[in-house]
This record gives sequence, C-alpha cells and structure tokens, in this order.
Amino acid sequence: MPVFSVSRDHPLAPLIAAANQVILGKEREIRLALACLFAGGHLLIEDLPGVGKTTLAQTLAALLGLRYHRIQFTSDLLPADITGVSLYQRETGDFRFLPGPIFAQLILADEINRATPKTQSALLEAMEEGQVTAEGETRPLPQPFFVIATQNPAHQIGTFPLPESQLDRFLVRLELGYPDREAELALLASGGQRTRAASLTPLLQPADIPVLRQATATLHAAPPLLAYVQALVEATRRQTGFLHGLSPRAGLGLLAVARAWAWLEGRDMVLPDDVQAVLPAVACHRLRSAQGGGHATPEDIGALIRSVPIP
Amino acid sequence: MSVAAPQALDRGAVPWLFATALIATAPHFFHQPEWLTGLALLIFGWGGWLWWRGLRLPGRWWLVALVVASCAGIVLQFRSLFGREAGLALLVVFTAMKLLELRSRRDAAVVTVLGYFLLLTHYFHSQSILTGAWLFAASLIVTATLIRLHGGPNSRLLPTLRYAALLTVQAVPFMLVLYLLFPRIGGPLWGLPQDAYNGRTGLSGSMSPGSIANLAQNGDIAFRARFESTPPSRGRLYWRGPVLEEFDGQTWKAMDALALARPDISGQDPPLRYAVTLEPHNQRWLLALDAPSTWPADSRLLANLTLLGNRPITQRQRIELTTTLDYRFNVQESGTTLQRALRLPAGRNPRAQALGQSWRETIVDPGSRVEQALTLFRTGNFVYTLTPPLLAGDTMDEFLFGTRRGFCEHYAAAFVVLMRAAGVPARVITGYQGGELNPLDGYLVVRQSDAHAWAEVWLAGQGWVRVDPTAAIAPTRIESGLAEAMPGSDALPALVALRQDWLRSLRFRWEALNNGWNQWILGYNPERQRELMGRLGLPDADWQTLAKWLFGACGLVLLLVSAWTLAHRPRLDPAQRLWRRASARLGRRGIDCPEWMPPLAVLARVEAGQPALAPAFRSFVEHYLACRYGPGPTNLKALRRALAALP
Repeated sequence: MPVFSVSRDHPLAPLIAAANQVILGKEREIRLALACLFAGGHLLIEDLPGVGKTTLAQTLAALLGLRYHRIQFTSDLLPADITGVSLYQRETGDFRFLPGPIFAQLILADEINRATPKTQSALLEAMEEGQVTAEGETRPLPQPFFVIATQNPAHQIGTFPLPESQLDRFLVRLELGYPDREAELALLASGGQRTRAASLTPLLQPADIPVLRQATATLHAAPPLLAYVQALVEATRRQTGFLHGLSPRAGLGLLAVARAWAWLEGRDMVLPDDVQAVLPAVACHRLRSAQGGGHATPEDIGALIRSVPIP
Repeated sequence: MSVAAPQALDRGAVPWLFATALIATAPHFFHQPEWLTGLALLIFGWGGWLWWRGLRLPGRWWLVALVVASCAGIVLQFRSLFGREAGLALLVVFTAMKLLELRSRRDAAVVTVLGYFLLLTHYFHSQSILTGAWLFAASLIVTATLIRLHGGPNSRLLPTLRYAALLTVQAVPFMLVLYLLFPRIGGPLWGLPQDAYNGRTGLSGSMSPGSIANLAQNGDIAFRARFESTPPSRGRLYWRGPVLEEFDGQTWKAMDALALARPDISGQDPPLRYAVTLEPHNQRWLLALDAPSTWPADSRLLANLTLLGNRPITQRQRIELTTTLDYRFNVQESGTTLQRALRLPAGRNPRAQALGQSWRETIVDPGSRVEQALTLFRTGNFVYTLTPPLLAGDTMDEFLFGTRRGFCEHYAAAFVVLMRAAGVPARVITGYQGGELNPLDGYLVVRQSDAHAWAEVWLAGQGWVRVDPTAAIAPTRIESGLAEAMPGSDALPALVALRQDWLRSLRFRWEALNNGWNQWILGYNPERQRELMGRLGLPDADWQTLAKWLFGACGLVLLLVSAWTLAHRPRLDPAQRLWRRASARLGRRGIDCPEWMPPLAVLARVEAGQPALAPAFRSFVEHYLACRYGPGPTNLKALRRALAALP
C-alpha cells in the first residue's frame, strides 16, 4: 500500500527530474505547478524579474509536449491582439478569422499586470470559459488549455494589479524566490538555463493529460480529510487575522490541488500533510491580512494551520 | 534559579484596565471627601493621557511623592491610616495609582485582583438593588478584562464580553447554593450599611413648628405594612409614634421618665393582623396602628400606647402585630398623667391661654370645648399649607391670631394648647397617617412624607380620644393623602406628587421590586434560613449540617456540569484515539506533537529526534494512515498491534 512517497517509481518521476535539471533547486515549485495543471487550474507566478518565471513555463510546455504560445503583456496590448482578428481577403472578397496567440494548449501570459484591465479580462474570460468570443462568433479553445501567467509584484511602477475576482481564477499562485547557493553556483557555471529549456524533448503526449487529470480527480479523500479541509476553510472565515474567509470554490480548489499533490507523491489517498503542503499556494492570494490589508503571507497561513487541530 | 523577564503588557489591554479600575472605584466617589475623588480622577486622567499619547509612564520618584502626599492627606482627613473609611480611601487612590505603572502583565493582574476586591467594599455603603446591579455589571467587566489579558492583542471586544458573560452565568448556580446554604450569622456579613446610621430622616422625640413640614418633603420610605385581610380605609390608618406631652412654649417633647404602667385597652372589634417592615430610623419606637393588642416579645407597650423596642432600629426589621381599631383606652387614668396633660408654661402664649380659659368658664361639657376648638379652625380662615410663615416668640399666639397658616404640627400643637387652657387633658401624638397601597405586591408603603401630628384628649368615661385638627381644616389630607390636599405644590417630593398613571405604576413596580429585594435577599437572616431548611426537611440545622449540605450541593453542581461537558465532548474515532495515545507516548519521550501536526510531519520529527523509535513508529503511522485516510477497509487490530509494538 503506497502510503509514503514513492517518487522513484512514479510515472512522472523522469519529467520532474528533467525539469529539475533546468530550474535548479525548485522541485517543490515544479511539483506545485504540475499539481495545478493536473487539478485543472491555471497558474500564477509572482516574483521579481529574472528569477526564472518564463523558464519554468517554457520548461513545462516543452516537457509536457503542449502547443505553446507566449504573449508578452504590455500596456498597449489590445484584446484583439490575444483573441485574433478577421481580415479582408482581397481574392475571395470576404473576411477570414486569424486566430490570436490564445489558440494554444499552454499560454505563457508574461507580466500580465502590465496590460490594461480590459486586455486582462479578455484573457481571464478565456481561462474561465474555455472558449473565445470574437466578432460575434464563439470558438472553442484547444484542450487541454493551461495558462501560466507571470506578474511582477504589484508595487512596481507601471502595473495594473489584478482585482480579487480575477486572482480567484488562478488556482495556484507561486513565488519562485531566489535560488539557493548551490543552485545559483550551478547556474553561473552553466551560463543560463533558457537555452536548455528550448532543447528539451517532450516526455508526455497531449492526450495523456486528460487521463492524468482523471486519475488525480478520483484519488481517495476520506471523510476525516474532507473534515480537515472544511475546518481550515471555516477557520479563515472565523479568525480575526483575515479580512474575509475562503470561498467554497477555494475549498474545492484546495482539495483538488491536494489530490494532485498526493498523486504526484505516489499515494492513493490524500493526507493532511498534502493539504498543508499546498495550502499556502492556494490560499495566500485569496486572503487579505487584517493587519495592513495586503495578501496573506505564508507565515499567516502557518499560524492558521497551527490553530486548526486535525480532526 | 533564574527569574523570568516580566512579560510586557500590550497597549490594547490598557483601556480594559482603566475600565476595570474606574468601574470598581466609581461608587466610592459618592462617599469619599471630594478631594480624594478629585485626586483619583486626576490620576485616571493623567494615566489615560499618557496612554493616549504613548508617553512614558512616570518614574519611581513621582509615584513615591504621590504615595506620601495621598497618605498624608488621608491621615489628616481620617486621623488614621487604618479603619474602614481610611482603608477604603487608600484602596481607591492606590488602585488609581497602579494605572501609572502598568508595565508588565503582573501589574495588570494586580489591577484586576484589586478590582474584584474593591467590588466587595461597596457593600459597606449600600446594599440596594442598584448597587447589586452595578456590582454585577462591574464583575462582568473585571472578568472580561482578565479574559482579555490572557487572550492577547488579537481578542475582540464582543467575544470577550460574551465569554465573560458565559462564565458569570455558569457561576450563578454556585452563587445560589452558597447564598442559601452558607451558615448565616446574625446581622449582615459586612457590618451594617453605613446609611443605616447616618443622615436618617424620620420622627424625632420632639416637635416644633416646621419640623413635620420638613419631613413631608422627603419621599423616603419609612416602613411597609402588609395586612392579612383587606387594609382598613385610609382615614383609619393612624400609625402611632412618640407621644409628646412636655411643652415649653416653643417645642413639644416626649416624656423622659417612662410610665411603666400597662395601658388598659378594651377592644370592641376582631383584631387586625399585619406585619410592618421598618426601615432603620435609629430610634427605639416601633410604629403600630392604634391600639395594639399583640406585639413582638422584645418590645413593650407604654402607658401612652407607644410601642418601644429594646434597642434602636438600626437595620431593616420586620415585626408582626395585631391591632384593634375600635378601642377604649385608659378610661381610668392616673392623676399624675392627667396633671401632666394639663400643664402649660406660665406666661407663654397668653392670648391662646385666655381663649381656652374663656371656654372653660362658658362651656360646661369638655366634649363641647373640643368641638368649639375644631369649629374655630374650620371657620377662622385657617389655611393648610406646607410652607407656613416662620413663627417666633409666642408661636401659638402668633399662629392662632396672626398668620393662620400652618401644617399639621401647627394645628395639633395649637389645639392641645387651647385644650389644656380649657381644662381638658390633651397631648400631641406624632406618627404617620395613611400610606399608599402597591397593587402589585399588596404592600402598603408609608413614606416620610406621610408623617403627621395629631392630638389626643382625655374625656371622663371615654378615656383618651383621638382628635385630628388637620381633618377639620383639610379633610382630604386624611382621606386621600398629601398630594391631593396640596394640588400644585412644588414643595412636595416628586415621588409623592406623581399624578400620571404610568409614572405611578412604574413607581409601584420599582418599589415592589425593592421590597422583594429587602424581604428576600437582604432579609435572608438566620431565622429565614432555618425556616427554609425546615421546609427542605432539615429542621434545626446547625452550621455543621449546613456546611455539609453546602459542600454536597456544590459538589453536585460540579458533577452535573462535568457530566454535561463529558457527554457533549466530541466523540473520537477509534483510530484517532489510538493516534492520540501514540502521541502521548511520544510526548513522554520528549517529542512534542501538537494536534495540528499531520502524521508524516510527526514521523519526520521522530526520525530526526529518536531514530531508535523510528521503525516501530513508521509502521504504526502506515497502519494509522491506512485506517483513517485509506480507501480500503480499516484494520484496527493491526493498528493496535502496531501501537503495542511502540516501545
């Protein structure tokens, strides 16, 4: 009975190892990103420029074998630049739709908070609906459809911070942080990793992803585990440390990511350990601290975890 | 041994401590010298300002100077640092000063303890309902402060108060048990409330013009009475107090030497049974309707029908009485008494004396002389008023032939002077007349404003007969009370003059409540306790028996509470119970595993801290996780075995 982590025999072990070769010292973040993908959500990476956000997105796209587009968000980007436009065809005399970069399986929306809210919402609607409506015609997006958005911390100049309602569309938010000493030394020695990301060969087929999603979604979560998830969510509503608590949708998301995390650990059941492992990534961007009003920090979440006994 | 550094007090706790100190000391402000109240408020203000501006607390020398100055002031005021009042003053000032050195949680704890202690001291001054309510609220605040101190900066106002209220409510059963069963000693536990002794208004043993009119402006309750049958009509409710026989031309006085002869009363109707609850008035007389036929054992009836207790009434007291309303009294009166009842100071009030003597010469029948005097009052343009003009010199002459405006004591005194001059033995009776029936609890409330003076004359063959000259001037005073007799008079106390019905009923309600409080809470004395114990099947319970029942009852309450708590404890899953046991075992081996810590994290701790234990614990965790979180069937047996295998 696989209770403990069996990473070596896991089907995705080679994939994680390969990603680890490119993004040095960030295995936890890679796992969280994968968990987010298998839980069927979208990923937001928030950090300073130059810590490897784009590299992580490129690496995942390459290893998963997904059709990949990168959209660099700027303040003059228009919704049509994402969704596509209809052009007049002189030969035939009618209009032909030219799909925009959103018609791909993995979108890297780089520096999403530099675009205007109107453009941001075009992307976010696509994320929510899985389809794009342009010029009165609705077109489905390819499946799987996975968005990795990156953003700079909101206090940087020239940004439009995402409103709460749109932040909620991202299942997981990650901060990559600076690499540790060994990883940084290795990085300096190799002279940058982005070139390696481009040369990776896919380890999965696009058709594998629905199968894997199905496998994680049906992973066993026992009643005591559900009670623990509920207790955590309820505690965020009851406790004074947060302005308002987590929504039921956030609770569902937490359980889904915990399932995917447990599956990546090679278990056939979800444990409280899995819930605690993914809680900061799921909850931080959805909660505001009562003191100062900023987003909750991992320390806040740590205090929350320590205040809820495991049922 | 190392001393732990004192824990700093968080800023948000300070307002709570101020509230505690203020609410616990405030009632003393009304009983202390003004300068002490001012000093305490000044210190409160200073401390509050320092907190508001976030300034440093005053240094040690400031505090020493304050202590010396306030002690010096208290010694000057009370001639001592000890004793009740000086001790209370010290407590209040020092509590305020403690707020100037709120640095650590220890200081805060001192303030709350002082707060609880101060609450008790208020019973020295008053034991009224309002005091009780204030102290109940105050204890709630002090408890909430204590909770806030332990809750830290994140606790919120409402939940803290709710918690304090919950604790208070939980304490109520214990309070009741202790109240009912704690062995009672005679007299209140804290000594008497101070207001039993000082500043009591009421009848005194003397009367001069204006003394009863002053009393009439006081709405305090003198006593309450409860009749076993329907109360007699208002006009018959004459509550006899001191009988005044000595007159010096200005002031009437009661006899110093007490006539010890028993009065001779012949009653003609069935006796009326009632109980009187007297407010303390610091005098010995009791108030009864004329003429008493039975009275309590520790009192006696004087020859002039005054009922006298053995000791001054210094606390609220309930007495059972019976009275015959139709009576003849001392038809055979001693010569000395009659002589005394004819004595007038020579040379005083010559016109009144001359008028009386003229009646004696022209009218043969003494009863007709009485009628003559009442006719004079009725027809001589006399006015009944609460605010008569001041009289000096020969006061009765001036009243009868000059001002002709007076209150009941003027009429009673002038009547007796006229009668004595006319050769009819007469004396002044002071007491209360009437009263107000509270329809809610059936108690008749008699106030100081019902104080009254009337007269008594001795007629041959009839004995002493009551004559109320006020009834001749203002019959409504006797039939309906002072408020009806004095419409629009603003000299009457507000409570007596109330005319609106709803205000009246509100007042009735409040007084019924007060009466209940007096009868049942404050009046719960050793006799009542014995009575209650008797009804509970424990007649003649001594204090040892009471103590046994006390502990038994407290134990029972505790048992019920714990049983309820145990019954409502969340049920643990068997696997989880085994996990708790394993956690406890780890705890004994120095590995702390709090309830929020997930199993694999605990395992990691064990592997790091107790590698020898790790394999056995790892197997236990594997079974536990399978049982509790796994998809398959639970195998508790294997889990128990794994637990047993834990060293």
